[in-house]
Amino acid sequence: MVEVVEKFSFGIYLVLLLIGLWAMIGKRNLVKKVIGMTIFQAAIILFFVSIGAKDEATIPILRNYYGPDATPINPADYANPLVHVLMLTAIVVGVSTLGVALSLIQKVHGKYGTVEENEILEKST
Amino acid sequence: MKTFALLTCLAAGAVLLLAESDFPDWGDPSSPASTHLSPHYITQTYAETHVPNLVTAVLADYRGYDTMFETAVIFCAGLAILLVLRRGGASNTSAHARPPREHSADLIIATGCRLLIPFMQVFALYVVAHGHYSPGGGFQGGVILGASLILLAMAFDIKTVLSKVRLKTVSALGGIGVLIYAGIGLIPLLLGGNFLDYSYLSAILPATDPIMARSHAMLGIEIGVAFTVTAVMLSIYLDLASKGNIDEGL
Repeated sequence: MVEVVEKFSFGIYLVLLLIGLWAMIGKRNLVKKVIGMTIFQAAIILFFVSIGAKDEATIPILRNYYGPDATPINPADYANPLVHVLMLTAIVVGVSTLGVALSLIQKVHGKYGTVEENEILEKST
Repeated sequence: MKTFALLTCLAAGAVLLLAESDFPDWGDPSSPASTHLSPHYITQTYAETHVPNLVTAVLADYRGYDTMFETAVIFCAGLAILLVLRRGGASNTSAHARPPREHSADLIIATGCRLLIPFMQVFALYVVAHGHYSPGGGFQGGVILGASLILLAMAFDIKTVLSKVRLKTVSALGGIGVLIYAGIGLIPLLLGGNFLDYSYLSAILPATDPIMARSHAMLGIEIGVAFTVTAVMLSIYLDLASKGNIDEGL
């Protein structure tokens, strides 16, 4: 239990993740479901970036790497670049898929006049 | 439904909270994620590619396939929105189109845009072109460039944007970006190497050794990515803001 308190930052991402999951399952409004999906995504992105963090490390861009007084590159001085790459593409792809979701909601609203799930189900039967 | 959702969330939360105690410590340099592949990237990237921004190098070279298909996913998302929503082009006068409204942008908004947009666009080009040496790259620069055009569309209306850049050009740029990326990847294949193995490009690029050729090719594909991201971001906004009519917008 002490470990859970020590790693409280992971706990914050967990709470964000559950808020997103709750919105996706429990909310009837389709727009709120999409907002839930975005919060879920944000939690995963935060989690990924945070596992690449290192104490006393800088951003993964080399410094003093060239020329006569260049210093040898020490991996502990730079944050893990791999997680940044993965999340960089995930953010932009997330925005694009958010657009697809919103366009589908616009279509649903155009057909049924509502974005509430239960009202759509009533009208479609 | 709400009870079910609450129970699911609590169960998932309990399992994940249990797993949390096995995570490495915060900022631990010897965590599993930072001990296998990442030291190679950090120590060898400059020797292998001559790019000091490790994120750009990993994105565009080591994980070239991944990024190419991410770009294709963005392009496909733009295409999907276009297919779902769009009902004709700018000259559409169907029954769905809203009546044209009297429109004159507020003085403060118009002046603010005139001041902001050129600097945003120049900064976007800097972010794309300087992505090897400072934080930046195709995705980031493309988003800033797309945002400057979206700002124009929000401050005035969609017709103002389409008088600067035609709708067909926006749609075509999305495809051209992916084509640039795949085309640069294809050239090494024709020169006898593997797909996306940029070092073979030194045979056709003047005065470059195989390592510098990787750096130059990365700039090329970042430009391709920037094209696609700009075009798709603008296209998504145009379609969503006008429900696919491409008339006045919000």
